[in-house]
Amino acid sequence: MPGLHTESPSPATSSSATSPPGTSSPAGLTTQSGGDGTVLAFSGQLDAAGAAQLWRPTLRAAHAAASGPLGFDLQAVSGIDMLGATLLAAAEAAHGSPATVTGADPKTTTLLARARAAGTEAKPAPRPPRITARQMLAAGFGAVSGGVAFVGEAVIAVIHLPSRWRMFRLGDVLREADQAGFRALPLVLLLGYLIGLILAFQSSIPMRQFGADLFVANLVSISLLRELGPLLAAVVLAGRTGSAFAAEIGTMKVNQEIDALVVMGIDPMTLLVLPRMLAALLVMPVLTLLLDFAGLLGMTTVMTGFGYSLPAIQAQVQSAATVGDLTGGLLKAAVFGAAVAAIGCRSGLGTGIGPRAVGFSATAAVVGGIVATILIDGLFAILFYRLGL
Amino acid sequence: MSEPTPLLQATGLAQRFGARTIYRDVSFSVAPGEVFVILGGSGCGKSTVLRQAVGLLPPTAGSIEIAGHTITGRAGEAGRAVARRLIGVMFQSGALFGSLSLLGNVSLPLEIFTDLPPEARDAVARVKLGQVGLADAAALYPAEISGGMAKRAAIARAMALDPPLLFLDEPSAGLDPITSAELDRLILDLRDDLGATFVVVTHELASIMAIADRCLMLDRNAYPDAGGVIAIGDPHDLAANSTHPMVRAFFHRTLMPATAGEP
Repeated sequence: MPGLHTESPSPATSSSATSPPGTSSPAGLTTQSGGDGTVLAFSGQLDAAGAAQLWRPTLRAAHAAASGPLGFDLQAVSGIDMLGATLLAAAEAAHGSPATVTGADPKTTTLLARARAAGTEAKPAPRPPRITARQMLAAGFGAVSGGVAFVGEAVIAVIHLPSRWRMFRLGDVLREADQAGFRALPLVLLLGYLIGLILAFQSSIPMRQFGADLFVANLVSISLLRELGPLLAAVVLAGRTGSAFAAEIGTMKVNQEIDALVVMGIDPMTLLVLPRMLAALLVMPVLTLLLDFAGLLGMTTVMTGFGYSLPAIQAQVQSAATVGDLTGGLLKAAVFGAAVAAIGCRSGLGTGIGPRAVGFSATAAVVGGIVATILIDGLFAILFYRLGL
Repeated sequence: MSEPTPLLQATGLAQRFGARTIYRDVSFSVAPGEVFVILGGSGCGKSTVLRQAVGLLPPTAGSIEIAGHTITGRAGEAGRAVARRLIGVMFQSGALFGSLSLLGNVSLPLEIFTDLPPEARDAVARVKLGQVGLADAAALYPAEISGGMAKRAAIARAMALDPPLLFLDEPSAGLDPITSAELDRLILDLRDDLGATFVVVTHELASIMAIADRCLMLDRNAYPDAGGVIAIGDPHDLAANSTHPMVRAFFHRTLMPATAGEP
């Protein structure tokens, strides 16, 4: 014989490990090359375990034999299933032409015919279209204009509210206010207290070097009332409530409930979005106020630890922060609340198809809510500066 | 016999998604009191036609009139507002509102569009639920009921305001034959008792034969480049006399000649 070599990769270990008990005849492959072509002689069990063992050697041998005819010798095969037949069909595909099969029982012939008919060649997947910078710019512009359009729709819904007042359910406002506000209280109080504590403690270390640690009270109160209070409350709202709005409305969208509303002639904007926006707008100043107080309490804890008396701390806070700082912060908080709620609802209404889309919407609501909060905060900073507040 | 004014008139509907034309030149009319079935194989655009007919999806081309009100095109907004009071829709999944009980679901349209006092709304909603055999389930929530009950509850909600035209999207999909037959019975009862008109999307052969006065068959290979209508008429007549291979294959549950010759 001109060329004979056996390829039976570690039959003792791998096949006994992978074959189910009772069918422990390991799969093997022998390649015989001669003048009349190449014959691949299989033996043993051609099932999932056998195909896994022989797949690459078989395809390599079939490919190498592409110049001449190919044959399968299946006399020593003890059993075959669709996976084994797929292996044979794949070998034919790698070779380029059908093989002559010897020693096949009728079942093997049938399975091989099925595998051949189904085809094993992988069709090249259509290449995803390349995204150009222009398309990304257009998508970004589309997102922004979509947001503006959503605000416009909300305004129109408010204008139409007198004629659609029955679609606006006050119970929903209270329910959402409970969810977004009352149930967020423990988190907001804890967060505020800890932030006040940490801020006071951290800033007192450098301040003390200048003997200015009494002014920690000024620092904490101004930064809390003007910036941190509304911002942190908005982040809490985006994480707790914006995502919940997106998930709830998104699930309704996936479940065709939004379509059902539209065909009934019920405006989803009035029924679903406005109550949520109003609830968030109402609870945010309250949450912010409580977060501010909790933060001041945290700062007081640190300051009293340093030996300052309560009246001294109180006088310091009152001299530093004005009522304008507080109300400015609360106004910002209300706007943040409406923005976070609107973004959450919009993400929900824009949900695509399938359960994954709901997850994407919830993520987009949180990310969008936090980004919008910071952008609006920047606008407020410019506005307050220009107005000299 | 003169033709009655159609309750629903679709003319030359087409739908394109990107470069792909799902169907074109879909025209049909539905007369009052008729049960009109839209049927066809999977992916031929049955549900898309329904979405267009109820005004959820603007067609790429063509027009739709409901009781004489055009709901498509630039002036369609006013028509849709009127038409929405004339139609009820049951979606494939039921699309019941998860935050409301079945009673709440059925009474929501009554609450928003009528001046009925709350106790009257409840009474009407209970009657509607009783009509679909769900009188005992009024207090249950959508998550607590079976698929067949959800579909029946959705029909009750769709007919809450007694609209003359009801659209049902796959009422029997995923239901056992007995529940499916009960739904068919319900549709015929509602038609006979209330004079309601039904447009039903389905591909359940038994259901089609039981309920349809006329049917429209869509096929995605109706044209070389697009899908469209391949048959319209009485289903029994189509089953007996149609020469179209696809229509014959559908009604006789045989393989298409092209794919039937497999070894």
